[in-house]
Amino acid sequence: MTVMTYREAMREAIREAMLADTRVFLMGEDVGHYGGSYAVSKGLLEEFGPGRVRDTPLSESAFTGIGIGAAMGGMRPIVELMTCNFSLLALDQIMNNAATIRHMSGGQFNVPVVIRMATGGGRQLAAQHSHSLEGWFAHIPGLRVLTPATVEDARWMLKPALDDPDPVLIFENALLYNDSADIAGEPTCDIDRAVVRREGGDVSLITYGGSLGKVLAAAEQLAAVSISAEVIDLRVLRPLDEAAILTSVAKTRRAVIVDEGWRSGSISAEIMARIVEGGFWTLDAPLARVCSAEVPIPYAAHLEAAALPSVERIVSAARAVLGR
Amino acid sequence: MTDAAAVRVKLDHAHCRELLRQMIRVRRFEERCAELYTKEKIRGFLHLYIGQEAVAVGVMQALTPDDAVVATYREHGHALVRGISARRIMAEMYGKQEGCSGGRGGSMHLFDAANRFYGGNAIVAGGMPIAAGLALADAMQSRAGVTACFFGEGAAAEGEFHETMNLAALWRLPVLFVCENNLYAMGTALTLSESETDLRTKAAGYRVPSEVVDGMNVVDVEAAARRAVAAIRDGKGPFFLECRTYRFRAHSMFDPQLYRKKKEIEDWMKRDPIVRFRDWAVAAGELHDDDIAKIEAEVAAEVADATDFAEKGTWEPVDTLTRHVGAEARA
Repeated sequence: MTVMTYREAMREAIREAMLADTRVFLMGEDVGHYGGSYAVSKGLLEEFGPGRVRDTPLSESAFTGIGIGAAMGGMRPIVELMTCNFSLLALDQIMNNAATIRHMSGGQFNVPVVIRMATGGGRQLAAQHSHSLEGWFAHIPGLRVLTPATVEDARWMLKPALDDPDPVLIFENALLYNDSADIAGEPTCDIDRAVVRREGGDVSLITYGGSLGKVLAAAEQLAAVSISAEVIDLRVLRPLDEAAILTSVAKTRRAVIVDEGWRSGSISAEIMARIVEGGFWTLDAPLARVCSAEVPIPYAAHLEAAALPSVERIVSAARAVLGR
Repeated sequence: MTDAAAVRVKLDHAHCRELLRQMIRVRRFEERCAELYTKEKIRGFLHLYIGQEAVAVGVMQALTPDDAVVATYREHGHALVRGISARRIMAEMYGKQEGCSGGRGGSMHLFDAANRFYGGNAIVAGGMPIAAGLALADAMQSRAGVTACFFGEGAAAEGEFHETMNLAALWRLPVLFVCENNLYAMGTALTLSESETDLRTKAAGYRVPSEVVDGMNVVDVEAAARRAVAAIRDGKGPFFLECRTYRFRAHSMFDPQLYRKKKEIEDWMKRDPIVRFRDWAVAAGELHDDDIAKIEAEVAAEVADATDFAEKGTWEPVDTLTRHVGAEARA
């Protein structure tokens, strides 16, 4: 038994990578002396020193771009952006440089940078600290977008991300940091493929990241009324594992997509479109989805709860799809 | 200690010839590009370096092959002087697969790994953090390289300029910031965009040492760049070199130049860096008229050859359209 929290799993992954490869270093706001805004990097400054655990000024664009440049210069930087809302200040570097340089240079240069950030709502942090923007980044060719939903994935996803010769974005739902689990399983993580978290035959519940727990709870409630739900954890929002989605839907013939992003123009919309394109004739019912309400996330607890996907809404969406 | 020999500009015949030849190469190459644009051989945006040649030529003299270069969308001159062949640059302008970016980048995105040329970046100030990152990588891997980062004075209005200057100074990164102050950010004069038009004060705000140099004088630029690079190699951190220069042509091929007076352009053209240096070198006896005729002939042949190479280049088959988005092995 090796029980640890999601936060500790992430820290262990960073630590292990830094011990194994001197090219790896961590850079971001408050990663050093403060210990990380979510305490992920606590103790790493003491262990590795200020050369490899670099506190940065509040200059998201510059330090993200420096990560990109350092990656092009042979390093393997891990850039931490405090929350995905702050990533918007670095969007020029992520979109115009990290995602394009391999292409613009005709394949001569690549950008092996890993950019981590917290995402998601549920902590009453209101409309500038609670959004789920991973679906936006999944729009951009040249990036890989990962959403570790479990402690095991938090522990094992970083290594393949660092091994990737191209830029990888990791979105850590902030509500997961205190989750704990035994990570005694296989020390690997496939960052190309989705994973079936629960097998079932009546409906596919397709989700990722912070919504996985809610979806598994919903599947449990559905089982109590004899509905067998299959739960797909996408793990990777770009490139999407379309085969895993279509395989599950071909079996269950029904699907509900659960996405903490807003509904319009979302990754859930993309998943529905892929199912319609590739699995239309296997469907027995219209597709459904549970997303965040189309509102900047509000502060008041009851309003915020109403804005985010809930177990109750997932259960009722699944029952509506099945007509029971 | 700074090696005095490393910072001295040796103005012998060979070096004078090289400085003039490089400036003429850039000028003639750009003139051909303008021609080819009107013939619709080159499309997209085309930003000519005519008038500013002394900056790239002067600064590059101070760099070694181990150093890195980050440039802007007005980078044909920097690419040529850094060592990318005229053939591969011209083929890139044509969009041919023999181009230095395989036809994927075009005029604004010239790249070359062999020459450590990290692009033409078409977002103003967007290349500055990358330059600092390359310098950080050199520093962390105990390599002696300096990264030269070229940008226009318009970059001083961008947040990335300030963020990068601060971080480069804070971490003492080996970056040579080369500000090519040509007075206009596209069509907006510096006086219309900056409350403080003395750009050195911005560098000083981050404790980055600086120097202002006549960017129309190739020898002055080279001497200043050599001093700056020597200081950077001594571990003194970044340096800000402002080169006061002027673009003789329009911002791009779509610019009717409503924002500046003809007289102003004519006045600056009297300070043409090529004419000035050529006349000085001839008067000083370092170059003779037949040297200049020979340079012009060599350059004309090189530009003709590059054009011919680009003409004969091939188009990448459309079925490989989605290449170079991610690593081939992963695709």
